[in-house]
Order: sequence, then structure tokens, then C-alpha cells
Amino acid sequence: MTHPDTLPDQVARICAAHAGREGPLLPILHDVQASFGHVPAGAVPVIAEALNLTRAEVHGVMSFYHDFRDAPAGRHVVKICRSEACQAVGADASIAAAEAALGVPMGGTTADGAVTLEPVYCLGLCACGPAALVDGEVVGRVDAARAEAIVKGLRA
Amino acid sequence: MTLTVYLPRDAAAKALGSEAVAAALLDEAARRGLDLRLVRTGTRGMIWLEPLAEVMIDGVRHGVGPMTPADVPALLDDAGAHPKALGPVDDIPFLARQTRLTFQRCGVIDPLSLEDYAAHGGLAGLRRALGMTGAEIVQEVTDSGLRGRGGAGFPTGIKWKTVLGAEAPQKYIVCNADEGDSGTFADRMIMEGDPFCLIEGMAIAGLGVGATRGYVYLRSEYPDAIEVMTRAVDIARASGVLGADVLGSGRAFDMEIRVGAGAYVCGEETSLLNSLEGKRGVVRAKPPLPALEGFLGRPTVVNNVISLATVPVIFEKGARHYAEFGLGRSRGTIPLQIAGNVRFGGLFETAFGLPLGEIVNDIAGGTASGRPVKAVQVGGPLGAYFPVSEFDTPFGYEEFDGAGGLIGHAGLVVFDDSADMLRMARFAMEFCAIESCGKCTPCRIGAVRGVETVDRIAAGDAGAIPLLTDLCETMKAGSLCALGGFTPYPVLSALTHFPDDFATRKEAAE
Repeated sequence: MTHPDTLPDQVARICAAHAGREGPLLPILHDVQASFGHVPAGAVPVIAEALNLTRAEVHGVMSFYHDFRDAPAGRHVVKICRSEACQAVGADASIAAAEAALGVPMGGTTADGAVTLEPVYCLGLCACGPAALVDGEVVGRVDAARAEAIVKGLRA
Repeated sequence: MTLTVYLPRDAAAKALGSEAVAAALLDEAARRGLDLRLVRTGTRGMIWLEPLAEVMIDGVRHGVGPMTPADVPALLDDAGAHPKALGPVDDIPFLARQTRLTFQRCGVIDPLSLEDYAAHGGLAGLRRALGMTGAEIVQEVTDSGLRGRGGAGFPTGIKWKTVLGAEAPQKYIVCNADEGDSGTFADRMIMEGDPFCLIEGMAIAGLGVGATRGYVYLRSEYPDAIEVMTRAVDIARASGVLGADVLGSGRAFDMEIRVGAGAYVCGEETSLLNSLEGKRGVVRAKPPLPALEGFLGRPTVVNNVISLATVPVIFEKGARHYAEFGLGRSRGTIPLQIAGNVRFGGLFETAFGLPLGEIVNDIAGGTASGRPVKAVQVGGPLGAYFPVSEFDTPFGYEEFDGAGGLIGHAGLVVFDDSADMLRMARFAMEFCAIESCGKCTPCRIGAVRGVETVDRIAAGDAGAIPLLTDLCETMKAGSLCALGGFTPYPVLSALTHFPDDFATRKEAAE
């Protein structure tokens, strides 16, 4: 009978898949986050061991980058661009509408765990802003009404 | 008879609904029993027309757009008579006025068809380079006058020469695809629309300087570009364009795609190298130059996507052909990215030298809101805000430097008269505070103090204005990299050119 993989086993397997690569830490952290939805605290010592780094070094890298989470996000993640090109076409109003509809500020997750709302700084959709990334899918011309409709749709 | 329809799969087209249009096209064609060949392309860069479908009529591509699924039946009836028909795409003024060298294939070909790529001039440059020595390759790039398109404007040939002359068991080509500047999307567009062009440019760079390994550091905010580039590298390797025996030459070059993790500062080359090595993306002091001690301490060419993607056309058409375009020391073409509050937003590749006003009023058609233009931020979040009074500034590295700005990665963000320049100055400082790597004090602390100082001005403290100016001078002079060093550009340009936005609050508070 087989036992379900423990977290350290799974993380060790991810690390092994990147063995021999030059500078493997970011690819490993991306894969861990893709597997678990965040980088669990229990993954850090396993990665440190595999790469011959200290836990502090791995934690330092993980915490440097905006992408890596130490706790799971909501079931849906909505990122709205705050950069200048989107501000020029009303991103502030879109953000305010999304925040009001969800009842959480940027960076927050709704109490029911449905939606995490986050800022992003440029999606390269600067000629069709305000831009958003909804569960990894690009959306353009997200004015306030559209922002409200998108986030409400995710909670429905 | 087969009906051929081209439809972009670029992220901007997707963001405006291209996938629903594609599905509707396939459904409707199946329902009618029509033999439809749907080719997914990159974008032509006319974003206000996206999703832009192109239908082949008598060998000429005719545009219809912006498309919605409801527009599909009429397109299949008679595209030429469609209410949204635009005529031959190449004759649309926005496109017809351009000089497309780097972007010659973008929006035209299937990005993942190496056959399409080769049929449109692709690989000709690499084949030519394979017959040249490293020194000859570097000389060709030097002769073209190509300068770093990421923003710094450093001559690409000189950088390559330094790496060529460095002795090391392993050298690297690193492509900076961490295009974080707001208002810029040229890197994304070419990676999604013509990925083999970047791959070919990196292979030529590798042959030139003696590097056999390359990396593309691609930002995580570009999921579509990551997918296309990853597939393109696999295809190139399977077809012998990459690998131990590049196009049967016996010479090696291979590369891989690495995904960033949401840190703007990693667009700075030394932070990028640290990040690529798996470290925190903090800036390194220079010297040593990355050309001598770069990735893993080895000689490394770090070039922007557009710099590298321009290399193939230089080798295909010759350095002289490329250098014939341009103004002063800004040779060749520049892909202007027109963004923000504009009627005709998108990518416009043209020779250097167009006056800023012509770009904004003529090519971009002024604001989308119909209100007067107030300011144009050129060169991303570290670029200066230009008022209308500076609109005669020609688009070139030295010309913008002389006007107290920078062209950066050639993004232009247009604001109408509802923009509050004090808020934009505050945002510049706030962004710097959020994205500072923390290595040097002027940036790490200065940006936080900058936000506070702008807030004091907003609250009516006129005495804070000289303080802000002084802080900006300290950040300019004392920061290790362009993040802290150039954040003062948007702040000071806002203060200098739009003093009313900083004064009215003071008076209101009094």
C-alpha cells in the first residue's frame, strides 16, 4: 500500500527536478507555489537542504519577491494595474469600485475566501487600460462598472 | 475554396476579446460547412482596432475590426462589405506611415511557425552570421549604430566587444525581458508575435561573443509571452536552430526561459543577474561590469529584448541599411509605444527624430477622452513628464536628455487635463518605495521621505517644496541604480512644468 506524499517529499521531488540547473531557486519557488498555492513554511528547510543554502537565505529570497505568498490566496485572484498608463484612463476608479464591491482593500482577501484583490504594476496592456489579470487571464478596458461586475461575478 | 482569416492571439487582443471571436469564427464556419483556415498571429500593434481580423481577399489582407462575436457572420458573408471593414491592412495610415524593421513580421506571421518565419526573412541573418568571425559580427553591430533599447542607450557593439575580448570557460547571453515600465509593451508584443526573432538575435549574439548559453529573464506578469517563448524555444531546438549544432554549423548555442517574480527592480541588469542566480534581486555596484563579471561571475551580454530582436534584421539587410535611418547618434528605428489616454494607442515603429508633438497629436490622435493633452510621460515610471510646450523635442537619446528627460524604453503615456501632477509625483515616489531593493539609502529611505514630503506640500506646506527638490538631487546623485536615480525625473518635471498643481492646494489650505 502506498502512502500519500508528505509535503517534504513533494518539495524534495520538485528540487530534484531542477538539479543541475544554473540558479534554480526561483524556478523551484515557482513550482512549489504552483503545487501548493503558496510557499508553505515547511518547504523552506527542504529547499535550503537541497540547494545547500541556509533557511534564512531561502526565506530572504522568497520574501523579496511580490509573487511568492506565505499563505494561500483566495479562490480567485484579481490583479488590477496601478501603473501610470492605467491611471491615465481611470484605474483609480476601477480599483475603488472593486474594493467597494468586495469590502476589502487592495491586498486583501474577502472573509469567505473567495477573492483576493491585489495591485499589479504593468501588464503591458497600456493601450487598452485599465488592465486586469483575473485568475491569470488578461482583461482590458476594465472601467469601474466592469471592475465591479468582474469581482461580483467571481463571488456569485 | 479555403477562406483564410488571421486573428491575433497577442495578450492585448485577448484582453479585448479575441478568444470569443476565434470561437465564434470556428463555430460559424462549421455551421456553414465553410473551409476556414484560422491563423493566429501576433498583433499589428493597432490596439484600438483589436481584435482585428484580417481576411485574405485576392491575395491581399483586408482588415475588419474591432471584432465582436456578433460581427462574425457578416465577416464570413462578405468581409469587404462588412460595416467594420478597414480595407487593406497595409494601407491603414497608422501602419503605412511606419518603418517596420524589428517588427516586420509581428502580426503578419504565425508566431510559432518556423516555416512562416523563414519565408518572411527569418534566419537569413543567422545564416550570414555563421559565415563571419566573432569580431566581424561585433563590428557589424557596432556599424549599425544600435544602442540599448532598454533605456540606457549604451552602444550594443561596444558591450559585445567587451564580452568578446573577455577570456572565460563560459560566457552568457542574458535577455532582459523584465519590461516593467508602464506604457511599454514592445517586448511583450515581439515575444508573443515573433519569438523566433529574439531567439535568432540571441544566437547571433552568442556566435559574436563566444557564448554558448543564453537566458531570457521574462517577467511573470506576461503569462502569454512566457507560453509563446517557451514553445518557440522548444521548436527552435527541435529544428536545429538551437542546440549543439546551430543550423548544421557545428557551433553551439542554447537557451532557456526564466520567469521573474514580480520585482520591478529586476529590470536593472545587475538585480536581474542576482535574481537569475536565485538570489534576492538587489542591485550590484558597478564595476565590475556584467560584461566581465556577470551571470555566475562570468562574462555576460545583458541586452534588452528589442536590442536583441533588432539584430537579425541588421544581419539580414546589412548594418548600413539600418544605420541609414535615424537622427544624430540615435540610429535606426525605435518602436514607440503609445499608451494611456490616446485615441490611437499601440506600437509605432519609426526612424528616430519625430517631434514629440507629432507623435501625440498626429499619430496618436490626441486624447481618447477628447480633452486637451496635459502631460506626456516618456520612458516609463522613471521618465519625465513633458508639457505641451516641449512638444517640439525630437525623439532621440541626446535630444530627450537635453530636455531634462529620457526616452527609456520608448513608452509614451498621455494624460488629459484632468490629471493631477502632484498625485503623479507622489505616485512616482510611492512606486520607488514599493519597488526599492533596499541596497542603497537614497532610494530606500529617500522614496519614503519623498512621499511624506509631497504630502506636506499637498497639505499646504510651501516650505516642503525646496526640501523635495533637495531630496531629489540627493537621490539622483547618490543612488546605485536608475530606480532611485531616475525617480526624481517624474517628480521634478511635474514640479517644474506644472507648478499650479503644487500651489493651488497650498492656497486652498491657507
